[in-house]
Amino acid sequence: MSQADINPLDPSAPLEPIPGHSSHGRLERILRRGEFAVTAELNPPDSANPHDVYERAAIFDGWVDGINAVDASGANAHMSSVGICALLTRMGYAPIMQISCRDKNRIAIQGDVLGASAMGVQNILCLTGDGVQAGDQPGAKPVFDLDCMSLLETIRIMRDNSKFLSGRKLTSPPTVFLGAAINPFAPPHDFRPHRLAKKIAAGAQFVQSQYCYDVPMFRKYMQQVRDMGLDKECFIMCGVGPLASARTAKWMRSNVPGVHIPDEIIKRLEGAEDQKKEGKQLCIDIINEVKEIEGVSGIHVMAYRQEEFVAEIVHESGVLKGRRPWRKEPNPVDELVAARMEEILEEPKQVPHELAGAVGDAEPSD
Amino acid sequence: MADQPTKPTQASLNKKAAQTTSYKPSGVSATGRNARSFAIRLWSVRHSRALEWVYAHFADVFLKLHPLWKAVGYERAEGPIKFIEKHTKGFLFDCRMCGQCVLSSTGMSCPMNCPKQLRNGPCGGVRANGNCEVEPDMPCVWVQAWSGASQMKGRDNIFNVQKPVDQSLRETSSWLRVTAAAAAKRDAAAEGTAQ
Repeated sequence: MSQADINPLDPSAPLEPIPGHSSHGRLERILRRGEFAVTAELNPPDSANPHDVYERAAIFDGWVDGINAVDASGANAHMSSVGICALLTRMGYAPIMQISCRDKNRIAIQGDVLGASAMGVQNILCLTGDGVQAGDQPGAKPVFDLDCMSLLETIRIMRDNSKFLSGRKLTSPPTVFLGAAINPFAPPHDFRPHRLAKKIAAGAQFVQSQYCYDVPMFRKYMQQVRDMGLDKECFIMCGVGPLASARTAKWMRSNVPGVHIPDEIIKRLEGAEDQKKEGKQLCIDIINEVKEIEGVSGIHVMAYRQEEFVAEIVHESGVLKGRRPWRKEPNPVDELVAARMEEILEEPKQVPHELAGAVGDAEPSD
Repeated sequence: MADQPTKPTQASLNKKAAQTTSYKPSGVSATGRNARSFAIRLWSVRHSRALEWVYAHFADVFLKLHPLWKAVGYERAEGPIKFIEKHTKGFLFDCRMCGQCVLSSTGMSCPMNCPKQLRNGPCGGVRANGNCEVEPDMPCVWVQAWSGASQMKGRDNIFNVQKPVDQSLRETSSWLRVTAAAAAKRDAAAEGTAQ
């Protein structure tokens, strides 16, 4: 099943609609089939060159079911998520467009949702976004017109009721699979499962978690989530990622908002001879633990600046169980055209006019 | 491989390059600077149950006074009421006069004091000590809200999904709006039973 979930006519076009599915995308199909999904985060380029996006996406080819296009992560300006998604859908990838509430008000966001959906984006992840103080332009005006919850609800209203937030009608609603983020590792811990319940009520169909380095804490969170029955109502994907070194881990812990790294992890890295290798192994070990937790439907690999390890991590952890996610292969239509082109070039040209003349000129042989 | 130093980010380079003079402003964001000391705000959260009781009775009195507001004219009452509301709630909760008060659903901790103005719960950036991601010295509004709500009678109100803030209602009186809406609802109900 190497070419599952592909539109036979055009790989970059949306898939056939399936009853009960809200999008025409691959990620929703995989999750709803009960397969263990893998998504990864694309490091957005600081360039206007589309090939930078294609190159960065090609690293994940055949290993992931969805690619997150971040929206100015950490409040640093990069290529926009709409732009990245538009490029990725052209190539047939299944991007997950992130929208953060920090930079755009409700008018801009609703417009972007329509634009992205028109470009073939099937998955949208609704985020609040880091504060502007976290990025390289702390003087920017923080917008935060909506919050992640009202953003989810806004897009759900657009999709299900075919209306803008104002009530004005849409002629074609965006068909998207709605996602949100969870952070089980930040206080107030007993409120976090309730917050997930709120997000589901607002429209979340899948969630991706913050980096998980504290498996016992995640297990406890999942226990609460299962007790509330939330794992049946949405697909929970655990966020994982390799740490490059103990020093990076310490830096992340104190500088990246919302990242929780226990001391044991840092000790384990410090004790290792090859910290980068140990970081990768640690990531694989965590995946092997979380994939067994009931209610976890997939993993989200965030290997910032170590994207080349994603394939190895996914392969060595064996989460795909032999399944091969979609990969960019020669488009059947292109193949057909290429074959026809060859035919045209190779076959002797037959000009009807000359053929007719040849018959007319030819003498009967007998 | 030895412990490699992390590459400096543009943000940290900018911070280093910034000229340091004798004046170093306090806080990180405008929200943080506008807040007074957090003592009174935290007191309000600790006494959320009592404040809930006070507000419930206060709202009843306000609703009873509806004929008076109507006689005076809600527009004319707005000025003085808004003044009182702004200063009372400003003192107790660091109110930001969004005009659509949700204190009863947020454990008496005003969500407009969150630098991201979140109205539906804490973001993922809350520090391990329960402080804000943006303002490291400020206790997270939503960690407080959760503890305040757990003492209140209407503790489940915090689970309601709040609509986005209507920015056109800023600097208006929430008290009068709630009263007028409750009066309209009461009248509609009375009409319904009469028929």
